[in-house]
Amino acid sequence: MPIPKFTTLRCGTVPVKIENIDTDQIIPARFLKAVERKGFGDNLFRDWRYDAQGAPIEAFPLNDKRYKGEILVASKNFGCGSSREHAAWAIYDYGFKVVVSSFFADIFKNNALNNGLLPVQVSEEFLAAIFKELERDRAAQLEVDLGRQTIAIVSTGEKCSFEIDSYKKQCLTNGYDDVDYLVSLRPEIDSYEAAH
Amino acid sequence: MGKTLFDKVWDAHVVRELDGGRTVLYIDRHYIHEVTSPVAFLGLKNRGLKVARPAQTTATADHNVPTVDQHLPIADAQSREQLEALSTNCRANDIECFALGHPKQGVVHIVGPELGFTQPGMTIVCGDSHTSTHGAFGAVAFGIGTSEVEMVFASQCILQPKPKKMRIAVDGKLGAGVTSKDVILYIISQISASGGTGHFIEFAGSAICAMTMEERMTVCNMAIECGARGGMIAPDQTTFDYLQGRENVPQGEAFDRAVEQWRTLFTDPDATFDIEYRFDAPAIEPMITYGTNPGMGVAVTGAIPTGEGLTGSDRTSFDKALEYMGFHGGEKMIGKKVDYVFLGSCTNGRIEDFRLFASLVKGRRKAEGVTAWLVPGSKDVEAQARAEGLDKTLEQAGFVLRQPGCSACLAMNADKIPAGKYSVSTSNRNFEGRQGPGARTMLAGVPMAAAAAITGRIEDPRKVFEL
Repeated sequence: MPIPKFTTLRCGTVPVKIENIDTDQIIPARFLKAVERKGFGDNLFRDWRYDAQGAPIEAFPLNDKRYKGEILVASKNFGCGSSREHAAWAIYDYGFKVVVSSFFADIFKNNALNNGLLPVQVSEEFLAAIFKELERDRAAQLEVDLGRQTIAIVSTGEKCSFEIDSYKKQCLTNGYDDVDYLVSLRPEIDSYEAAH
Repeated sequence: MGKTLFDKVWDAHVVRELDGGRTVLYIDRHYIHEVTSPVAFLGLKNRGLKVARPAQTTATADHNVPTVDQHLPIADAQSREQLEALSTNCRANDIECFALGHPKQGVVHIVGPELGFTQPGMTIVCGDSHTSTHGAFGAVAFGIGTSEVEMVFASQCILQPKPKKMRIAVDGKLGAGVTSKDVILYIISQISASGGTGHFIEFAGSAICAMTMEERMTVCNMAIECGARGGMIAPDQTTFDYLQGRENVPQGEAFDRAVEQWRTLFTDPDATFDIEYRFDAPAIEPMITYGTNPGMGVAVTGAIPTGEGLTGSDRTSFDKALEYMGFHGGEKMIGKKVDYVFLGSCTNGRIEDFRLFASLVKGRRKAEGVTAWLVPGSKDVEAQARAEGLDKTLEQAGFVLRQPGCSACLAMNADKIPAGKYSVSTSNRNFEGRQGPGARTMLAGVPMAAAAAITGRIEDPRKVFEL
């Protein structure tokens, strides 16, 4: 079963300038009770996005109509805490294809990659440059090129390269699925079991 | 060159190395629970597959379960449905499942070691970040996402990049009233909530070696709270003594042979780590957190940092955390009001934690105005506590022993701390809203929780209990 493919993306962004955004903020535990993968985007950043009565909190960037696009930009140590894949599902389901930060938590990074959501880790300086450009123009666009492993601020031309392991890059580019791949290794796994 | 403990276990489970740094890693034991498994079961079904190695898979109901009246139908329809899905999926795939009401039910990271499923040298995964707990036995154990749960279901393997290696040594003797929880909170306060990211930690040193298995589990449990992939401790006589005689552990001569093999699991003297830290045990005091990540902790006798010198998003995030907590930089922690106390979770929900709490509150009274939730980590812990009469001691002091589950650690069930209220919690996360929307969590060890329950304030447990 193929995962969504990713090659390049050029669009606006939504910035959440907060450090250590844990997966409990991305999707609070009380919204993890579904037995199917659907509708998680509605509760993305639930307690930052809506007040206790369910009214949108205007100051939160997701509620600011001037920010538009499929790229989420956040401060360092994004996705720490719980291993819930629902966090990656919520971000993807909301409509984001890329998350940019200067530092990602390990489990979140894996979960994102397994769902066709590209985590782009940039330098602190480049992240600051993105936030600065967004202060000048909320509609500023970023261009992400997975093949070249680069991200650029379109208006200024500033560019930063990012890392991704070659296996995962292939999976995203071609839509390959890990389960299919592992099942194809069945004979090799059986031999491993027999030898141990 | 020599190998680290981590290398020895990891390398023995490599099925294949891929170009670009990923490993096809064989998994010995797969723990599952109701929250992160249903979508994986669904994916498997859609592929026309069944669980490849059901005998190596263990299921328990924990995240959603109520902690009172467990014999009654669950009121929350969604929770009920998710728990029913776990039982149904396990039946369809021949997986042993400790559903609600089962005598072995409990929090996954408490049940696994208790039943002897967790053993040295194993690879262990679970769709739960606190899987690092099992590293206390010298296992490579780590949390995974639901896609990876599906991978393990389908193939008993996952694809992982090999993490870097970190060693954290804690040497010397811990002071009276200082617990293993304080040790790990201290470590995280020193290296930060992201200081371990990309690494697998080996905890070592005389203070770690002197700990019981349950204390070691508390340390490894919170390795994820500094961002580490996992934490582990070399198995020794303490480990073997804990395991001997437990269900699912080899018996008799087979046990002796296993121990012989387990004794080879240590870091060779000439092995190297990417990062090493050393801390002095006597310098560690009872710890308490003041902010909204586990790295924001101080000694209970200390004050909340002022944030001086922080700039940019560091400053914004620090101010946001204090504002959420209703605290100000420079304030003392001692004397702060406490509304709720939570004893439990995969961090501090074991029998030693309940023995300690009961021994401290014995002959005293719970403070008026404090709501205390004492939630054993498993049916086994609950039964043991009752067998030892701890429930009576607790009742005399104004406390009630509840029924096992994850409870207020993540507030998926009805055990939610109300908005704005202050909780002293023996769990592992003080994130915004973790214990309920708007709840304000201060993480601490068992003695601090006992002191807060008795006084209704943050107090130094060494003073309150003359430790």
